[in-house]
Amino acid sequence: MSVAESTAPHGVAQSRSLFDPAILREAAAGAFRKLDPRVQVRNPVMFVVLVGTVVSFIEAVAHPGVFTWSITAWLFLTVVFANFAEAMAEGRGKAQADTLRKMRSETEARRLRPDGTEERVAAADLAAGDLVVCEPGDVIPSDGEITEGIASVDESAITGESAPVIRESGGDRSAVTGGTRVLSDRIVVRITAERGHTFLDRMITLVEGANRQRTPNEIALTILLSVLTIVFIPVVVTLVPFARFSGASVSVVILVALLVCLIPTTIGALLSAIGIAGMDRLVQRNVLAMSGRAVEAAGDVQTLLLDKTGTITLGNRMASAFYPVGGHSEAEVADVAQLASLADETPEGRSIVVLAKERFALRERTLDPSHEFVPFSATTRMSGLDVDGRRIRKGAGDAVKRWVVDQGGSIPADLDEIVERLAHAGSTPLVVADGDEVLGVIELKDVVKTGIKEKFDEMRRLGIRTVMITGDNPLTAAAIAQEAGVDDFLAEATPEAKMALIREEQEGGKLVAMTGDGTNDAPALAQADVGVAMNTGTMAAKEAGNMVDLDSNPTKLIDVVEIGKQLLITRGSLTTFSIANDVAKYFAIIPAMFFAAYPQLKTLNIMRLHSPQSAILSAVIFNALVIVALIPLALRGVRFRAANSGAILRRNVLIYGVGGVIAPFIFIKLIDLILVALHAY
Amino acid sequence: MGFFLTLVLLVASLGLAWRYLGSYMASVFEGRVHWLSWVERPLYRLLGTSPEREQSWKRYAGALVVFSGMSLLLTYLVLRLQGHLPLNPQHLGDVGSALSFNAAASFVTNTNWQNYGGETTLSYFSQITLMVQQFVTPAVGIVAAVVVVRGFARRKASAVGNFWVDLTRCLLYVLAPIAFVAGIVFVGQGAVQTLAGTATFHDALNGVTQTIARGPIAFMEAIKQLGTNGGGFLNANSATPFENPTGLTNFLSIFLVLCIPVSLTYTFGKMVGSRRHGVALLAVMAILFGSVLAVTATAEHQNNPAVAAAGVHSSVGNTEGKEVRFGDTTSALFGVASTSTSTGSADAAYDSFTPMGGFGLLVGMMFGEVSPGGTGSGLYTLLIYAVIAVFIGGLMIGRTPEFLGKKIQATEVKLAGLGALVMPIVVLVVTAIAVSTAAGRAGPLNHGPHGFSEILYGLTSQGNNNGSAFGGLSGNTPFYNVIGAIDMLLGRFAIMIPAIALGGVLARKDVVPQSLGTFRTDNTMFVGLTTGVVVIIGGLTFFPALALGPIVEQLSHGRFF
Repeated sequence: MSVAESTAPHGVAQSRSLFDPAILREAAAGAFRKLDPRVQVRNPVMFVVLVGTVVSFIEAVAHPGVFTWSITAWLFLTVVFANFAEAMAEGRGKAQADTLRKMRSETEARRLRPDGTEERVAAADLAAGDLVVCEPGDVIPSDGEITEGIASVDESAITGESAPVIRESGGDRSAVTGGTRVLSDRIVVRITAERGHTFLDRMITLVEGANRQRTPNEIALTILLSVLTIVFIPVVVTLVPFARFSGASVSVVILVALLVCLIPTTIGALLSAIGIAGMDRLVQRNVLAMSGRAVEAAGDVQTLLLDKTGTITLGNRMASAFYPVGGHSEAEVADVAQLASLADETPEGRSIVVLAKERFALRERTLDPSHEFVPFSATTRMSGLDVDGRRIRKGAGDAVKRWVVDQGGSIPADLDEIVERLAHAGSTPLVVADGDEVLGVIELKDVVKTGIKEKFDEMRRLGIRTVMITGDNPLTAAAIAQEAGVDDFLAEATPEAKMALIREEQEGGKLVAMTGDGTNDAPALAQADVGVAMNTGTMAAKEAGNMVDLDSNPTKLIDVVEIGKQLLITRGSLTTFSIANDVAKYFAIIPAMFFAAYPQLKTLNIMRLHSPQSAILSAVIFNALVIVALIPLALRGVRFRAANSGAILRRNVLIYGVGGVIAPFIFIKLIDLILVALHAY
Repeated sequence: MGFFLTLVLLVASLGLAWRYLGSYMASVFEGRVHWLSWVERPLYRLLGTSPEREQSWKRYAGALVVFSGMSLLLTYLVLRLQGHLPLNPQHLGDVGSALSFNAAASFVTNTNWQNYGGETTLSYFSQITLMVQQFVTPAVGIVAAVVVVRGFARRKASAVGNFWVDLTRCLLYVLAPIAFVAGIVFVGQGAVQTLAGTATFHDALNGVTQTIARGPIAFMEAIKQLGTNGGGFLNANSATPFENPTGLTNFLSIFLVLCIPVSLTYTFGKMVGSRRHGVALLAVMAILFGSVLAVTATAEHQNNPAVAAAGVHSSVGNTEGKEVRFGDTTSALFGVASTSTSTGSADAAYDSFTPMGGFGLLVGMMFGEVSPGGTGSGLYTLLIYAVIAVFIGGLMIGRTPEFLGKKIQATEVKLAGLGALVMPIVVLVVTAIAVSTAAGRAGPLNHGPHGFSEILYGLTSQGNNNGSAFGGLSGNTPFYNVIGAIDMLLGRFAIMIPAIALGGVLARKDVVPQSLGTFRTDNTMFVGLTTGVVVIIGGLTFFPALALGPIVEQLSHGRFF
């Protein structure tokens, strides 16, 4: 194990190479364990291969020969390779689950008795509703809500993020997760989940894929693959009487070889690996999907509801300009604005100080005791500073105006015009006054994340509509929506309005994805087809959604959609590839099969394969090796580029359809050449 | 008439039919056509139904099966008892049980495979009974297709229409009027139309008395072609001047055969509210038809390889077994039109086609009769293939596949898969039974690959409800009568019922709105993918069998078998 790995945080997302030697070893063993017919029967395509292998084996024992044994061996390898692909996909999840399990190791909890005294109990004995005390250094014994206190918590065990997070009682930041560690302060936690049902337990089950259910699309595809398997059984079996009628004889081994080559073994072998790997790719991005169904639904999403704050904008409004009024200079406005914000610890306040510093080199002044801070209140809607008899205020336009007029001051004629213009542009105007004089206006602007506009363009090309959700007034919302390039917005959004919007979209048959974190988001998260809850959010939100983002980064919704699409594309492309391969296999096997009865069929041997036996064996070897060759593709997924459906389809049909017809001609010929070179034939 | 002029005229007239007949049929099935309501309404009263009483797909399919079962039984009884029934001027006896079963199954499945010579086996009453089936079976096919179309057109609907109403409307407003007009044209061109029995005259030159078969041929001819039935009054079918007297009737026959299957794509487009979708399906049909025609017409236009191998060079094409009135390429066109539409009528001997020419005819059927296929059956079978194409194509763009806004999920794939795999399995299995039993091996005239082709062709033709005969296969044996009847019944209903179910399942679904991310089902890519699925499913399933038949023959360059 490398140094980097041993010191890496314990998060699920710890990156592990796709072909980690430990996983490879484990998968190789798993490939043989999965030979159990009870496991195989769940995959109709590979089950037919397994039965074929047994038939071929019996035939090889009855009529031993290099050819029959070679075919039998390669048929067996085909099954093993398929199992190996699945075991590989499961491997990484298993390794992650093991890491998580270690964290769940027995911890002691300090349970509060009703009388206020503490008792030490095993975490396993906690019941929902119990109150426990956690102090610095304690591991939180189970999932719960903080009922008392505020603490910084190290959640790296789950998220892999080493920076501690603040958790406090009340509000949307009260949820704590079992297995995380308190770093500072004392909190009282009311346990909400019993052992076996905690978030950590769920995570282990999920990453391990222990009770993985086949998703609707996977079921549909399995049906299609079964159809393509069933139809080839009579095709091959009827060849026996057809050949006999034609005076030819065909051996059972060759028939089995033909059948295995014709049925869609490539996709059949890789199908479950693709599904597992899709979930795993989400986990790599620190998103836990509660079901594969949700991942699949993500690919179908047509409307994305995105919270403005944190997703589209950087989270807080920032000062972007100073506008002087009544003959004052911009520098004067900046100077007073900075003074007014010195004691303002809100991000907006800090940004004013910073802007003044940047624009006019106004050094950050320190507060001294003579400065009296006037905090913001909902009644005054202003904040400021009283210093040396000066009364400096900044605040909402009408509030500051009333305050100035009350002191006998006058309102400069150009103020209203500027305030209105800024409001129209989606900014928040803050009016600055010094005593009875209005100096100017600070423009607070939402800062749209860099690169987000391009992301939305991508979404648009994929046919996905983006809707921005914000509590802002429609005017502000419209301006930000335009700047960010979203298709639509919902202003002054309430949980009810959000819910109504989701319902409305779904009425029209669209699938909706959203992110949320608050308890009041829970109904909407549950209603949405894909609901991604932020890990920082409340338990209610996490339980309502069908995915949890451990990084609490709402922008990731877009990644989730892409992974969902990639999953389906990988399935479709490999199915196409698998079917397209059959053409070359026919040209290899059919002329070889009837060579004795109809030598003229050699015209069909367009690959000029050496002998009938080498031709058939080459096709079987190709069929087995192509599974191994495609494992990395199945695990990583087909490369996905945002483009309109036509362009994606053209590209994939070209690569996997046309390529799928051509590639086997080349490789079967190559294998044949190698067999000849090895003097196998 | 030159071959290319014929083609141009055919395309032009089919274009007109596509636009106007297609649109008209949509109106008929949407209940906006009423010019025969004075017949229509009393009929509903008689049947105890009304257009308002729509059925679920299960009841619809149930009605269809009951109707077809009754038809099968009645036709069988008429044939079995024909000696005791009227309109039998030649005093022909009862038809044997195996042959009656085969003939009844054949006409009830729109196959019209004939293991008998019509003029020497059947009374007028029997012929007219069969002609009734020639009217109703295309109607059954069309209404089944209409159910699938409604599946796409309707939203959240539990009902798919009323079988009895649809059937009545199809007969009254579509088949009967066109067949009537076409019948008049056949009569005008000299096709025979009489109930006066055979004519006898003494041929003094050869010193023999000849009996000339006659009957109500002209009108039977019209519905035979229009309904993609193919079963003629006379054994020699459209090769005889009594059925197909002139170049005009030959052209009209080709037109009639193609017009409804082709026009139904417009009906589909109109009913689902997107003509482009109709055009896309038409394009798939046209590509497949064009390719098969190119192969067969080219092969027939060349010298017969067997003749060439004998050292005889001929400047005309392969004329063996062809009517000189029609020539090589036009006969090839007739043959392809007939085999690609599940009609099976013939104006030439298909057994005498070159191996590649015969291969083209066979392939047209092995594509599952979708280019353009039988009346109705062509459309619903093609839609089955299209659903599979949409499923695979839709996955490739990263969405749960949708076709016209309807999500294609497990149930749809199951039904489409069932519909697509029935035909190849049935045909291959019955062919395998035929070649492995003494009774089956006794059938073909030839041995080796050509003998195999004869059996394969005969059973492929029946399994696809085509009915065209390659010749050379003695079909009127108990073995071939029974196995053929089973082949036909499964080939018809085991596809039609899943298709109706597909319509019913789709109708229940809501529509997902289209966006840029939707898999387009009305563009070139869709046409390519659907064509690919038809070719790949047909090709992959029949390639080994074809390799042992026509392909070996072709590669043997003129060796006789």
